[in-house]
Amino acid sequence: MPDVAVFWALGALAVVSGVMVFRFDSMARATYALLLSLLCVGGLVIVLGLDYLGVVVVLMMTIEMAIMAVFMVMYMMNPAGLMPMSMLHNKKGAAVLCTLVFLLLAAGIVLAPWPKRSGRPADDPTKALGTALMGPHILTMMTLGFALFATIVATVVLATRRGRYDRFGDDLRARTADDPVRGGVGR
Amino acid sequence: MAESAETAGTAPLWAVVLLPVVLTVVALAAAGFDAVLSAGAEHGRGAGRGARTLRAAVAPVREGIALLARQRRRTTADDAALGRIGIALVPLAAVLAAAVVPWGFRAVTDPVVGIVWFNAMEALAWAAVWLAGWGPNSVLSLIGGYRFLAQGLAYELPHMFALTTAALGAGSLRVGEVVRAQQGMWFVVWMPAAFAVYLLSACAMAFWGPFGHPLGRDVAGGVVAEYSGVDRLLLLGGRWLLLVATAAFSVPLFLGGGHGPLLPAWAWTVLKTAGVLALLIVGRRLVPTLRMERYMEFAWLVLVPLTLLQALVVAVVVLNR
Amino acid sequence: MSLELFLLLAAALFSVGLFGALTQQSIVMLMMGLELMLGGVILAAAAVWHYVAPAATDGQVLVVLAVTVMAVEMAIGFAVVTALFRAREVDVTDEAAELKA
Repeated sequence: MPDVAVFWALGALAVVSGVMVFRFDSMARATYALLLSLLCVGGLVIVLGLDYLGVVVVLMMTIEMAIMAVFMVMYMMNPAGLMPMSMLHNKKGAAVLCTLVFLLLAAGIVLAPWPKRSGRPADDPTKALGTALMGPHILTMMTLGFALFATIVATVVLATRRGRYDRFGDDLRARTADDPVRGGVGR
Repeated sequence: MAESAETAGTAPLWAVVLLPVVLTVVALAAAGFDAVLSAGAEHGRGAGRGARTLRAAVAPVREGIALLARQRRRTTADDAALGRIGIALVPLAAVLAAAVVPWGFRAVTDPVVGIVWFNAMEALAWAAVWLAGWGPNSVLSLIGGYRFLAQGLAYELPHMFALTTAALGAGSLRVGEVVRAQQGMWFVVWMPAAFAVYLLSACAMAFWGPFGHPLGRDVAGGVVAEYSGVDRLLLLGGRWLLLVATAAFSVPLFLGGGHGPLLPAWAWTVLKTAGVLALLIVGRRLVPTLRMERYMEFAWLVLVPLTLLQALVVAVVVLNR
Repeated sequence: MSLELFLLLAAALFSVGLFGALTQQSIVMLMMGLELMLGGVILAAAAVWHYVAPAATDGQVLVVLAVTVMAVEMAIGFAVVTALFRAREVDVTDEAAELKA
């Protein structure tokens, strides 16, 4: 069964690179280790028969981690890890807690009486997802849409230092915005 | 048209080996054509024009071999592993993206979500360029990497909308279905805006031509500043592979794939791809290098609304069909 | 392959991410732990969809939800760090708490 081999390979790689995220000193390496781990998750989602969602996970995580690397490098005092140093706190307590959480989850997973597989997947799971999101799950979709829109607004408000008074003057009368970087549309 | 019966096929297994070779040959031809145009612009008409043209046409091959013979360069405190992964990923992502591009009516593979796959591979190349810029521990190459990340934020969104529009018109994410939907009329006829945006972003994601800022002269070559030998060859060659792959993908998306009168399907694909490549190569001489913040505002204020309108028009047409 | 194997893998990813989120001082590293935990959630949702209820689409919707949450979490997280850093030159959790007004 090639699927089984793929599962073990991707699964092992996902966990190993997930651990390496917190062991690498270099922020670039940590970020791309996380990307590798999440790419493996995307691959496993494809193995499970969800082609669209798997590829979307690959696409989104690639873009997300590439952006993340910028912030990692920006906000860490030692981004390249040339002088190894520990940035951890409460290592022992966290290790105990996480082991406990894993054991608890594992016990639940092994002991739970999982129901039998019911029904067959749709011929085209992507289409099924689309009709679900646009039909019975439209509320989920709309909530996600508003959440994303709110995120865009909130992110810009939080991250920018300049408001409209900086851009258009105290009386907001300036005809063109006074921006430190000029844009490409007639400014 | 007899070919309609055999649409959306998958090529035999040996095509996997053939694909990188074909892609490289087309890339060399495109680079040669580009060099011929450059030589012509530099020297104009005059004696010895034929010999010069010939020399320019094989210049990419010669340069490639020369780079192979040159030594690699290491810088102090570099991150060689990440840099090399980034360099190798650029051509690899181009080949993986090209795997879903049908030649004639057959692609190496035709997955149900081929269009999303193509987009994911482009994103991988995008992230890889930053890695290649990070690797050598050099300011100039890192600046180049950052420039490409910023450029990606500008071109990626309109590009995705352009891809979505083609998928919307066909009602499928499978590339074979998109080609089949264009049997009567090419998508470019009723999605001209999406096609134009796609061509722009094709250049942008290959960081080539007017979008070559990440490798700009003002930063001494940017991402490739510190690379020599095989590393440089893979990066600069991978750039041409990306350009060829994206240009070739515009054919099944907007230009009807292998559909066309008289000639066989594969010949139409080759002809159309060559046409798109020639358009890009000639067109890049007319446009100066774009800084990413300029393109950013243009992309978000003009291209995103434009592609959204285009998608709306297509959606209305599809719903009323 | 079975549901249990997939879920165990998801639990392992979740626990590793939790370890990162609990131990890291830097806010951006903490967010990487969160991303890893959400990666585990995505895997678990897909596995449950495949092995328990493939006919329903709820598992898929859950994956969409998790992916969106990841994007939102990252965007808001970086915006908060940027605002925090601009105001106080701080990017680690301990100091952010100690400087509470």
